[in-house]
Amino acid sequence: MTDRDQPALSARGLCKEYGRGTALVRAVDGVDLEVAAGESVAIVGPSGCGKSTLLYLLGGLERPTGGTLQLAGKQLEHMPEAGLARLRRRGLGFVFQAFHLVDELTTQENVELPALLAGASPRAARRRAQHLLEQVGLADRAAHLPSALSGGQRQRVAIARALANEPLLVLADEPTGNLDSAATTDVLRLFEQLRADGQTLVVVTHDERIAATADRLVSMRDGAFVGETRLTGGSDRRLSAITGLEV
Amino acid sequence: MPEAAGLANREPLRGYHLRVVQEVLLALLAAEPAHGYQLRARLALALGPLSDALNGGQVYVTLGRLEQAGLIDCTRVGQLDRPDRKVYALTEAGRARVQEWLLDVSWPKPAPAEFHLKLVAAAAGALDDPVAIVERQRHELLGGLREAQRAALAEPAGSTAGLLLEGVVLRLQADLRWLEECARYWEGRRRPAPAER
Repeated sequence: MTDRDQPALSARGLCKEYGRGTALVRAVDGVDLEVAAGESVAIVGPSGCGKSTLLYLLGGLERPTGGTLQLAGKQLEHMPEAGLARLRRRGLGFVFQAFHLVDELTTQENVELPALLAGASPRAARRRAQHLLEQVGLADRAAHLPSALSGGQRQRVAIARALANEPLLVLADEPTGNLDSAATTDVLRLFEQLRADGQTLVVVTHDERIAATADRLVSMRDGAFVGETRLTGGSDRRLSAITGLEV
Repeated sequence: MPEAAGLANREPLRGYHLRVVQEVLLALLAAEPAHGYQLRARLALALGPLSDALNGGQVYVTLGRLEQAGLIDCTRVGQLDRPDRKVYALTEAGRARVQEWLLDVSWPKPAPAEFHLKLVAAAAGALDDPVAIVERQRHELLGGLREAQRAALAEPAGSTAGLLLEGVVLRLQADLRWLEECARYWEGRRRPAPAER
């Protein structure tokens, strides 16, 4: 099997249970998911359906109680913690609803951090961070602390940080959950760009706008997948029909 | 733009669309008389990427109807090397219609009663699974949202057409949220209620 044929991510029968006996909760209940390299997938569902837990499993932030998980051909579910941490650092980029920037570090330093942790030289980390901040339109905010940025700007920094090590896979958890409409638009633009650039991406969201940027949409309920849709651009005709301008 | 020659193949103008074009053309003429092509250009600017939906020929067909209805007057202006050009001006009756339109608060495509009744009827007659109907509709609207969003993101900041696209996006979002409620309701009817989580 060559790298190109291999899915970036492959989960089989993935489960996460909490509690036991009558208090047993199956937050994730037998999920199968394959994500091809370069594909963007949105997992949508009501809050409490288990989609965030699933994302944490996919990112090796939590361990499954059942099933198998492969990232770029590596088996994750029994990997020792040190190896898992290394894989998370180098192979994955995370974007969270609450940004999780380091408040004491500048924008630039926040974006440099993952590259430094992965062993890049300070110079290379700096160059990469500058490039990424330009990409997200925040080059002029490089010296600011997160507290001096708006919510939308913080999330754009977090997206730049997620890309610092050119990850195999970016995982995003409700990336627009804390943002107003204008800031959401800026983040949408970046997600459209990531998709167009062929970044492999899994995003869990209940924001239809983010979901609509994905190539594939999976619906989740009660810990399990209940439906799947492949989205296409569609025709202008549909757009005019929706606007009420259809002839 | 589709060719005006295609007009003959199209269905006659109807419903909401006809009304919009009529009233908008009247309102555009309220400031000053104009040629058909000027009206077309103004519509195209306001609609941006959606202007393809407006066949250029429709503007002229509609102007003809408005003239017949006595809402506008048409004057022919001779040109040296070309056929006469028509200049349209609003009549008093037309001006009154524009006033009515500005004050009219009716809102096109209100509550999606038809879709709701489709689900009810499908379930009652066991014609189709309501949840499957909802899923098909969701797919359609998500495709539309993706398209509207891309078009909106492609508009420069402050564009008039961008404002329209933003409206399209917000409406689709609201519809998709309602479909989510529909799915939940009809799923609940399909199977025994899940244990409280």
